[in-house]
Amino acid sequence: MDERVESTITVTVNGTRVTRRIEPRMHLIDFLREALGLTGSHVACEHGVCGACTVRVDGEIRRGCLTLAVQTDGRTVDTVEGLSDSGELALLQQAFHERNALQCGYCTPGMLLTAQALIKEHPEATREEIREYLSGNLCRCTGYQAIIDAIETVLRTPHA
Amino acid sequence: MNERIEPARLAPQASEVEAPPKPKTTETDEAARPARTPVGYVGQSVPRANARRLLQGRGAYTDDLKFPRLAQVVFFRSPHAHARIRKLDLSQAARQPGVIAAFDGRAIAEYCTPWVGVLGHLKGIKSPPQHAVAIERACWQGEAVAAIVAETRAQAEDALGHVVAEWEELPVVTDMEDALANRVVIHPELGDNICFARRFETEGFEAAMKTADVVVEETYGFGRHTGVTLEGRAILADYNAAEHSLTVYHATQAPHMMQDIFSRHLNIPEANVRVICKDVGGSFGIKVHVYPDEMATAAISVMLRRPVKFIADRLESFLTDIHAREHKATVRLACMNDGRIVGFDLDDLTAIGPYSVYPRTSGIEGNQVVNLIGGPYAHKAYRAKMNVVFTNKNVTCQYRAVGHPIAVALTEGIVDLAARKLGMDPAAFRRKNLIADDAYPYSFPSGLKFEKLSHQQCLDKLLALMDYEGLRAEQAALRKKGIHRGIGLAAMIEVTNPSPAFYGVGGARISAQDGATVRLEPTGMVTCLVSVTEQGQGTEGVFAQVCADAVGVTIDKVRVITGDTGVTPYGGGTWASRGAGIGGEAVLQAGKALRANILDLAAAVLKVDRATLEVRGNAVLERASGAEKLPLSEVGRIGYFRPDTLPMTFQAELTVTRHYTPREYGFTFTNGIQASYVEVDTDTGFVRLLRHWCVEDCGTVINPLLVDEQIRGGIVQGIGAAMLEECLYSAEGQLLNGSLADYLVPMTGDTPDIEIAHVSTPTRQSELGAKGVGEAGTAGAPGAVMNAINDALAPFDARLSVQPFTPERILKALGKI
Repeated sequence: MDERVESTITVTVNGTRVTRRIEPRMHLIDFLREALGLTGSHVACEHGVCGACTVRVDGEIRRGCLTLAVQTDGRTVDTVEGLSDSGELALLQQAFHERNALQCGYCTPGMLLTAQALIKEHPEATREEIREYLSGNLCRCTGYQAIIDAIETVLRTPHA
Repeated sequence: MNERIEPARLAPQASEVEAPPKPKTTETDEAARPARTPVGYVGQSVPRANARRLLQGRGAYTDDLKFPRLAQVVFFRSPHAHARIRKLDLSQAARQPGVIAAFDGRAIAEYCTPWVGVLGHLKGIKSPPQHAVAIERACWQGEAVAAIVAETRAQAEDALGHVVAEWEELPVVTDMEDALANRVVIHPELGDNICFARRFETEGFEAAMKTADVVVEETYGFGRHTGVTLEGRAILADYNAAEHSLTVYHATQAPHMMQDIFSRHLNIPEANVRVICKDVGGSFGIKVHVYPDEMATAAISVMLRRPVKFIADRLESFLTDIHAREHKATVRLACMNDGRIVGFDLDDLTAIGPYSVYPRTSGIEGNQVVNLIGGPYAHKAYRAKMNVVFTNKNVTCQYRAVGHPIAVALTEGIVDLAARKLGMDPAAFRRKNLIADDAYPYSFPSGLKFEKLSHQQCLDKLLALMDYEGLRAEQAALRKKGIHRGIGLAAMIEVTNPSPAFYGVGGARISAQDGATVRLEPTGMVTCLVSVTEQGQGTEGVFAQVCADAVGVTIDKVRVITGDTGVTPYGGGTWASRGAGIGGEAVLQAGKALRANILDLAAAVLKVDRATLEVRGNAVLERASGAEKLPLSEVGRIGYFRPDTLPMTFQAELTVTRHYTPREYGFTFTNGIQASYVEVDTDTGFVRLLRHWCVEDCGTVINPLLVDEQIRGGIVQGIGAAMLEECLYSAEGQLLNGSLADYLVPMTGDTPDIEIAHVSTPTRQSELGAKGVGEAGTAGAPGAVMNAINDALAPFDARLSVQPFTPERILKALGKI
């Protein structure tokens, strides 16, 4: 019979405390998508290479496919849905929209979270530094140029 | 170092897109032709509305969908490239926690008939019947041989470890030339390993070639690579036993084609099958084919009478998404001492795996190579020999730019070699040979017909854009300092807007026409339903632009719906750079028809001559004064709620449908030219791509913002092919790089800024004048990068001709390892 071990975790996701019983092997990205229905963050390479599953844990960006959900017990997790509602990503989203810095949109939530971390950490980043910071986020549709243009636009906007 | 990064280049202004040249026609023709779309949204960089939900993570990709009683299917796949299944015991797997069912190929075959991937117009093409799940034998590593269905994916994957299989390994054919030699025949019933062969020769070919002063020859290799859509293949099939109906949520480019295929192979009436494409996470041709595991998923939904989902993980994507481009080709170019090209001679060999893919076949890529060699040039002699062979690797089929990257690299590589042999500048050599801009309509030696291209204009524009002379001077100066930079050019032609000549004539039930339904809503909003699908390229956005202009409304009033066989007109979907050109024309004609019907209603209400009215800015206006007479909300209110106030003989028709098929030419060719500027480190073999330029002629540019970044994305995929991407197999047919950590694709650091410019020669086959553009970047980039690397290495007398151009290959060419 089924003898799976389960753990109970409590995580503050997008400002709301949630408690779930889960298998310890469950990845954070599957916890968010399957257990909580937060499907904005995506699964693509499953090896930590592409950045499509990027979410924020205690304020730092993390790969959702390389983090176990149990590791976030007692912590705070933010996803693109929550950061859209709070307005934190609004400037980036507007710049991405105006510059068409996305096509299929599958990489976009991870791209936005990474870009937002860049804006916080390196507000003076040059174009080459933007390229370097985004080097772990794969976009297969655009030529990256629109993405870099959009981020540069936000960086150069006063009070970004 | 004088490498300069351009400041961020924002959306090009409309003025940067050249005005369409006035077509040369008689006055009568001109009068008979309606004016091109009025000044409005077409041609403007309008952000697309559907990006908003994707930017908030609120799209709905197939894996985001949840249904009551949804089951998950995973596949037990062959670990061998070629093996007979001696024993397959699923009983232990079926007893694992959460498992609902386990099926072998025979069980699935009772519900899903096999298929054969051949087409009537590819003379002699052959392939054996293929089942959704292999029955007696697996022919490539990764072929599905059993399906496990469970309540969760984790449970299903756990159960895979309990499948007991015994295999008898069979001889494996992985090398193309081995396959051609037929020492081991993969499908003995077919007689040999040749899936398809084509021979072509222009009259008097040998005699013409003998007149040439110079003949150059080179052999080129192309790595097998794949599309790597960020969203893996995805399908959710939901069978309703009471209705004997099947609803399939599918990450596909061609929902109507799939409706037909599910209907015929699962024996469900076509009208009972509905295919819905929600958001699709990239396609690039990967998601336009019939995949055995997807057919099995649909069959299992019927068998279990419940919704079933299959999502390919990344390893499955590498093992089973179609691969492409494994070619080895020798090409000869004959020319005169003054540089004039006499002819081309091609010998191409390509391997496609053990089956020709259904329903488009795996013969098309090689066929395209034969069609397109020498494409931009004005030679008359051409001979081609091409063989397509079976091997025990994953199947190959049509991936973005199908055949073009091969044909362009072969043509442009040998053109550069000829120029070098003659001591001519590569740009001057091209200028001498590119088909003249006033030579159209033009019949090409391989039989293709070109309506109107602009090679010479594009070359001029490119050379100015990149400051060709300045770069040559810089290159020469840096060479003296031991810095090795190279400039590579690649001219190209591209198949877009295909007519039924592509697939329909061969018996494939693949539509070359598309349709649009445009409906005025009671509030004055406009709903536009189109049979072309959206995979992120911005199809819905450009349809909204065309629709808004055609009806006479502001774009915020337009809602576009695509990707649902239950609601849109019938059509082909998205492939072969056809969406904007074909779907866009259908939208334009439907929008104009709705505008005419709106005017009819307004004329009846206002009791004036219809000719005195026009629709603009969401209202019916008096044409002469521009005065608003009737807002569209009023037209809708009267048309839907108070038709009793209209004349007895008048019936309002505020929903119209129009279709469009290009038929005058087999394909609406586009043209363009790319340039690459690279620096090669001759100690490490690493290449830095410094700049890249593309001048493209896609006719009417509907949205420069979307077009330019789509070209850039295509170029980056071409750069991937040239520099990084290859599906590596061992001699035993084992895939060696099945993850994104091992199979490299271009990331931000691998790509340069890319400058795009346009020449615009609208096609006269349609009123919109749009040609396709989605594949141009991918078509030209590998050839341009190859020529740039070889230009950089010219002082060393080293040449690269096998893609991808890895540091190892470069150091070998330099004789350093």
